[in-house]
Amino acid sequence: MQLNDQYIDRKWVVGGIFAVFILIFIIRLFFIQVADNKYSMSADSNSQRHMIQYPARGLVYDRNGILLVHNQAAYDLMVIPRQVLPFDTLLLAELLDIDVKLIRDRIYKAKIYSRYKPSIFLKQISVSRYARFQEHMFKFPGFYIQSRTLRDYPRPMAAHLLGYVGEVNDDMVKKNPYYSSGDYIGISGIEKSYEEVLRGAKGNKIFLVDVHNRIKGEFMNGALDKQAVQGLDLTTTLDAELQEYGEKLMAFKSGSIVAIEPQTGEILALVSSPTYDPKMLVGRKRSKNYSILQKDELKPLFNRALTAQYPPGSIFKIVNGLIGLQEEVINLETHFECDKSLVGCHNHPPNNGIIKAIQYSCNPYFNQVYRRVVQQGTDKNRFVDSRYGVKRWVELCQSFGLGQTLPIDVPNLSSGSIPGLKYYDKKYGKNQWAFSTIASNAIGQGEVMIVPLQMANLAAIFANSGYYIVPHIVKKIGENPTSKDEYTQRRYTGIDHKWFVPVKEAMYAVVNEAGGTARLARNDSIVICGKTGTVQNPHGEDHSVFIAFAPRENPQIALVVYVENTGFGGTWAAPIASLIIEKYLHRVVSAKSVEEKEKRIIEYTPLKK
Amino acid sequence: MNRNQGILHQIDWITVGLYFLLVILGWLNIYAAVFNEDHRYIFDVSQRYGMQLIWIVAALMLIVVIFSIDSRFFSAFPYPMYLLMILTLIFVLIFGRVVNGSKSWIEIGMFRLQPAEFAKLATALTLAKFASVYNFKLNQFRNLLIVSAIIGIPAVLILLQNDTGSTLVFATFSLVLYREGLPGWILVMGVVLILLFVLALLLGLNALTVIIFVSAWVYLLAHTRNLKISGWILLPSGIAYLGMYLAIWFLNLKLSLAVQLVAPWFLSFPIYLVMAYKNNIKRIYGVVAAITFSLMFIFSVDYVFHNILIKHQRDRINNLLGIEFDPLGAGYNVNQSMIAIGSGGAVGKGFLQGTQTKYNFVPEQSTDFIFCTVGEEWGFVGSALVLLLFLGLLFRIIFLAERQKSKFTRIYGYGVAAIFFFHILVNVGMTIGLAPVIGIPLPFFSYGGSSLWAFTILLFILVRLDVSRDQQLN
Repeated sequence: MQLNDQYIDRKWVVGGIFAVFILIFIIRLFFIQVADNKYSMSADSNSQRHMIQYPARGLVYDRNGILLVHNQAAYDLMVIPRQVLPFDTLLLAELLDIDVKLIRDRIYKAKIYSRYKPSIFLKQISVSRYARFQEHMFKFPGFYIQSRTLRDYPRPMAAHLLGYVGEVNDDMVKKNPYYSSGDYIGISGIEKSYEEVLRGAKGNKIFLVDVHNRIKGEFMNGALDKQAVQGLDLTTTLDAELQEYGEKLMAFKSGSIVAIEPQTGEILALVSSPTYDPKMLVGRKRSKNYSILQKDELKPLFNRALTAQYPPGSIFKIVNGLIGLQEEVINLETHFECDKSLVGCHNHPPNNGIIKAIQYSCNPYFNQVYRRVVQQGTDKNRFVDSRYGVKRWVELCQSFGLGQTLPIDVPNLSSGSIPGLKYYDKKYGKNQWAFSTIASNAIGQGEVMIVPLQMANLAAIFANSGYYIVPHIVKKIGENPTSKDEYTQRRYTGIDHKWFVPVKEAMYAVVNEAGGTARLARNDSIVICGKTGTVQNPHGEDHSVFIAFAPRENPQIALVVYVENTGFGGTWAAPIASLIIEKYLHRVVSAKSVEEKEKRIIEYTPLKK
Repeated sequence: MNRNQGILHQIDWITVGLYFLLVILGWLNIYAAVFNEDHRYIFDVSQRYGMQLIWIVAALMLIVVIFSIDSRFFSAFPYPMYLLMILTLIFVLIFGRVVNGSKSWIEIGMFRLQPAEFAKLATALTLAKFASVYNFKLNQFRNLLIVSAIIGIPAVLILLQNDTGSTLVFATFSLVLYREGLPGWILVMGVVLILLFVLALLLGLNALTVIIFVSAWVYLLAHTRNLKISGWILLPSGIAYLGMYLAIWFLNLKLSLAVQLVAPWFLSFPIYLVMAYKNNIKRIYGVVAAITFSLMFIFSVDYVFHNILIKHQRDRINNLLGIEFDPLGAGYNVNQSMIAIGSGGAVGKGFLQGTQTKYNFVPEQSTDFIFCTVGEEWGFVGSALVLLLFLGLLFRIIFLAERQKSKFTRIYGYGVAAIFFFHILVNVGMTIGLAPVIGIPLPFFSYGGSSLWAFTILLFILVRLDVSRDQQLN
């Protein structure tokens, strides 16, 4: 039995403390829920709407400030299923030009995603439709418009290079927290490689929305909002007029043109033909057009200039010649007969040294040069000996940027290939091969593969007498010139500067002297140096190649033209290159050139159906 | 059979009724808080509401188990239980699993338990056991020391687990002790200290010093009714403080905050002692002691706050006191929670109609911030009702405690009331911006088996003891 509990009255104090605090809470609740409408503005149906502020993507300009890519407004119709009240489905269907079934489907899909979070109901509504819809929007609570931007191309060109933008895929959403489903992301070209610069940063704005689906104001005066940051503009190295002209010349032909400014490595034009209108891959029609382009047997989506690996043909003779000179297995006067028993050749005057051999593109001559490069006599056994020779040859070829992926600022460049010891050991077995096995490399017909960009880079190396700067497509990001070391530092080849003098002499002769293989590239007002190639193609007619630079002194442009299945290099590739050079250096092509070259080239349309 | 009927007859059905009412309301609110359109079925165990039902059923089984245990068991084994609990806490401290920054969980298979929840129970029972011995007097120093240790040891261990919320729960045992004879002034002092703490941060040390002196003056004036004598309490210190500030100003003295605060006072207080002795006013001694203590206290508050607390703790306190308003950072949770509750208005948006909580504006909406759903969907009427139900439960627990013949059961009952009270106070207080953000669950409402079971066991041991109230005689 509990005796004399002197503190019994304290139960009232404890109980009182409980009661007082609960009372304080109830009073506080009364103030925030009933008395103060700061928290409960017309409490029954007010809600916040989070709207993502999509920044405008950065614009893209050519080297002269011509606008290549800009943005057009588009509107996404969003829906929050939780807020949808019964509405006139027929009216909505009519306003948006869709059928009623689609409305039901979309709302059902949105509900599955989330009842409370917005999802996209209809993508990319045009401006005019948006204007009409807006007048009726109050009839559709739970729906609202989110403005987006789509790409637009005032001068459709360079589709492969500029690339396209599309919706981000689920993998990316998981990988990168910046993106959420429905965001746009650069998928190819510079849209992809410069995505982080172009996209800017998303913002977020919170609005209060009333029961009639009208925005009533900013939530907390925008204290929680985050401003979107606009993407930076890119200035490319591209010359829009040159690019356009190149695409015009290459119309209905298969092949590519890559033109580079030799001193800087800036890509002036990069044509891959057949091409497509970049506008095709914008907006709602993108996926439909994409599959059309994908099915096209001419493969317009395939960027030949960066990814097509071709045998280089005769233009590669220059590289082998330079290696021979550098390795001192030949000198300028070294003479080899045009012995057609070694390898076939066309009829040309006898050569008396490397300059004439390049000018006449003599196959047996370079066969002999390559033999001396491969079999340098380091070892008595010719199989072992060829290993030393090929190893050295591969090293020097790689110093020309061949057989490796150059770090250019456009995605998906192929490496091409310079076959080395590993390759031949695997193919023939160790010590099972020697010069005779690989002799076709001498004239660029063997396993050597080069992509057009690398060919253009070769032309730039010849123009620069021995060095190159990694080709690149962007000059300026926002207001700042690109300062990556890769795009400013010279990469020297392993060939001594002095050996380029005779090569340039020969390339001059190819175009300008009697017996040269590229007489069709001649231009009276510009001294063009070049080298033709005719690449034997087991699958069809030969490919026509021409690399060139101009003018001979202080070259401003170096380029390659590669036209598939059109025969002799001098016939098509050379005059196209000549026109490109003239266009770039003079800004206009003379009437004479139009008459002599352009007309013929434009009329030649092997791919036209 | 007979005995069972006896039990059923003796059970306090009001407590049990309140318990079930709160548990069901809690379950419905979890349903509303994390309602998933694709899983509308409230029994769907892939969702938290389905899982909560499993916890509830398990809790019912626990109740059956508790009722099948002899009531003497609970008063017989608190000490071994306490020891086991201390060992478990040490174990967790070493091997525990870190969840949300607190190393306070142990994992057994798929179950995660938070021993701190059960530490409260063991402490309440142990306290009851110790304080219920015959002729126990709380005002004996030895007893006070042991009682402090019983409460303090688990509290410190839990604090070391970085679980501030559960640690603070132990402070409410002071209410139990108060009921058992702890001098009232200790509680009052506690309140004064909290007040000083808040004001020190809110007003700054200089302003608070002035307030302390003015209060001392008012106090003396009220008791001596002598304007002259009470006025003297301000004068010497006033001159000393003024002198110091002039010295700082003109002589460019560099004095640390501690010296600024305390030095003038120590220079001037001998005058008071002389004064007290001369006029024979004993009260002045007390006032001098109180002022000395207050000044040292507010200085340490300032020091601890700025030098010892971690940034997020500082941020939470700053936000609570309105010193900083940072709705995106530390204040985000509370701000969103108040918007949700405020948007409920007088009668709420209706069951499942809340948007703020479901939009994920409110964090932890099914655990720590579950009261937001109550506020948003049931409005002022509903949330006040829930609070009143809790108050009813607290009152009923006190009633049960007070009707015991056994001192053990009474003390335990108060322990239960105090624990429930603290949880309601801090959890609800936090959602309406009246308490700092401390992650402790709201009894029966917050999602989770661990806390539901802990509260169920806590309450039903009391109900079980109450059933046998006529047999318990200690």
